[in-house]
Amino acid sequence: MSGALLEVEDLHVWFDLPNGKQLHAVQGVSFSIDAGTRLGMVGESGCGKTTTILALMGLLPQIATLSGRVLLDGTNILEQGEETIAPHRWKDIAMVFQGAMNAFDPVRRIGDQIAEPMELHGYASGREAQHRVRELLETVGISPTRAGSYPHELSGGMRQRAAIAMSLACSPRVLLADEPTTALDVMVQAQVLELLTYLSDELGLALVFVTHDLPIVAQTCTRAAVMYAGRIVEQGPTEALYHETRHPYTRMLWAATPDLEARDDVLSIPGVPPRLDAELRGCPFAPRCYLAASRCADDRPELHSVGAEHESACHFASSVEVVA
Amino acid sequence: MSANGRPLLEVEDLVVRYPIGRGLSGAILRRPHQHVHAVSGVSLSVARGEMVALVGESGCGKTTTAQALLRLVHTDSGSVSFDGIDVTALSQGELRSLRRRMQIIYQDPYESLDPRFRVAATVAEPLVIHDIGSRSERRDLVTSALEQVGLAPAELFADRYPHELSGGQRQRVAIAASLVLGPELLVADEPVSMLDVSVRAGILGILDELRDQGLAVLMITHDLSTAARFADRICVMYLGRIVEEGPARQVIDDPQHPYTRALLSVVPRRDPRHRAEVQILRGETPNPIEIPSGCRFHPRCPIAIDACSETDPKLQAKAGASGHRVACIRA
Repeated sequence: MSGALLEVEDLHVWFDLPNGKQLHAVQGVSFSIDAGTRLGMVGESGCGKTTTILALMGLLPQIATLSGRVLLDGTNILEQGEETIAPHRWKDIAMVFQGAMNAFDPVRRIGDQIAEPMELHGYASGREAQHRVRELLETVGISPTRAGSYPHELSGGMRQRAAIAMSLACSPRVLLADEPTTALDVMVQAQVLELLTYLSDELGLALVFVTHDLPIVAQTCTRAAVMYAGRIVEQGPTEALYHETRHPYTRMLWAATPDLEARDDVLSIPGVPPRLDAELRGCPFAPRCYLAASRCADDRPELHSVGAEHESACHFASSVEVVA
Repeated sequence: MSANGRPLLEVEDLVVRYPIGRGLSGAILRRPHQHVHAVSGVSLSVARGEMVALVGESGCGKTTTAQALLRLVHTDSGSVSFDGIDVTALSQGELRSLRRRMQIIYQDPYESLDPRFRVAATVAEPLVIHDIGSRSERRDLVTSALEQVGLAPAELFADRYPHELSGGQRQRVAIAASLVLGPELLVADEPVSMLDVSVRAGILGILDELRDQGLAVLMITHDLSTAARFADRICVMYLGRIVEEGPARQVIDDPQHPYTRALLSVVPRRDPRHRAEVQILRGETPNPIEIPSGCRFHPRCPIAIDACSETDPKLQAKAGASGHRVACIRA
């Protein structure tokens, strides 16, 4: 898929630990995304989802070491580290942080806070910035008159919309959203998902949607990547991930997720993800896998094609039970 | 059902209001006292061996309802009857002995466990507070409570501190601490919403099993998929009222109240091909200080008629469906 708006190639992230060891948080992640499309990234806590998107923003702490390429319009923005990332941050790639709705400064007006990134990045200032704030509020479905409100005067759902408006301040083309609906009620969640879908359908934003909630991805994203232990273990069209699941971990995530109408047993996934501060041998999911065989213990499976734009990192991809 | 054929817990017309300070100027100007109407006439029951889910959005009063029936907050009116005992009329001393029989677990197992207590001490604490058993009897009770929640062998966990446990394990410890007194009613307030999806089923499975063993479980959740899969009955709350109540499958498959219908329509489904008509309600729940006239839901209701702003509908049985009740004149 050359020519994609954003291409991530073999991204690795290591964190230096106080004990001198290194934690290999992201272990060779590759994906790409086009304008106007939505990619869901799912997996348990600690699997590297957030670290991956923070790397794209160049917002990892100093203890992080990166390798790999992040191509924006074909240009590697990781090339010179901060120097090549900074010009794109917020202007081309923006992010809605987890819990952003609770991160507003309580004593400053919402409008001024949304204008701040514009002024900071020389995108707009003064009256022009104020005008842009009102435009953005309208885009996310908040009355522009609310620019003068303080955060506590807005409901949770409105603060989350305002956080999205803020991420759009400098007209990015890629929006990374980290758990943007966690902690929201189901009706407000539906409103926010509708907004994010609108932003990508109508404004052409490429949306990367990090969540642990598979049904949200199923209903919102065209493609999805399932991460485990710092790697993508399955990725493809969302429909294929559900109807033609090709990795046991994906299969088990679906089975752990209750559905309104399905009556199958809801099953937890036994065990815990491996620690990433030591070299992993074999398939990292093998200790928790119902398909694991002796081969899995020392032969680490690579992502390989299992269908149209569908990849799995499992030696037994074709044996993964098909979801009815 | 208890011996006399009545459910273990019966809540009748429960009302909980919180006064709002009117401030100095309000007092001088003699502005009227205002109240947050958190719970406005809730009736529900939970039988032994039954799991009832109380669902609704933040601020609808579901947690206040649970706290009021355990008398963790005051009630303004209405009655709460536990095994025939009027909970609202008990003295502090009487309440204490009743609390052995009704327990609550909270949403956040990172907050609800004392970080300085080892697992065994956390689980034993209720026994100490209620002065139950000798030291060795307590140890046995703690061991069996831990094994009941799947922390087996118990010795492996007894001496650990909360920070040495995963979120799922912590919630199991919290459940063990609530079970050690042998309660008959367990209130679970969003028991899995803070946990990773991979361990949620395990916690819900424990509650499921306890229910099968005869425990009455009241689960508070905003997750309708979980309620659909695990609860026997579902009560849907909106702005301090139960607007629909019935057997879980009936409420999910044949919702009667327009609010329930809208809520169900926006629950994300696992199958990407699933395309139901999504009915997004605009705005958010009105604040519980100024309750709308008539039906509380009418300002957001897609099928409201003029009468809805005047008539406050009562929960009434749906024709031909026993135990399925709805508060809507348009149902």
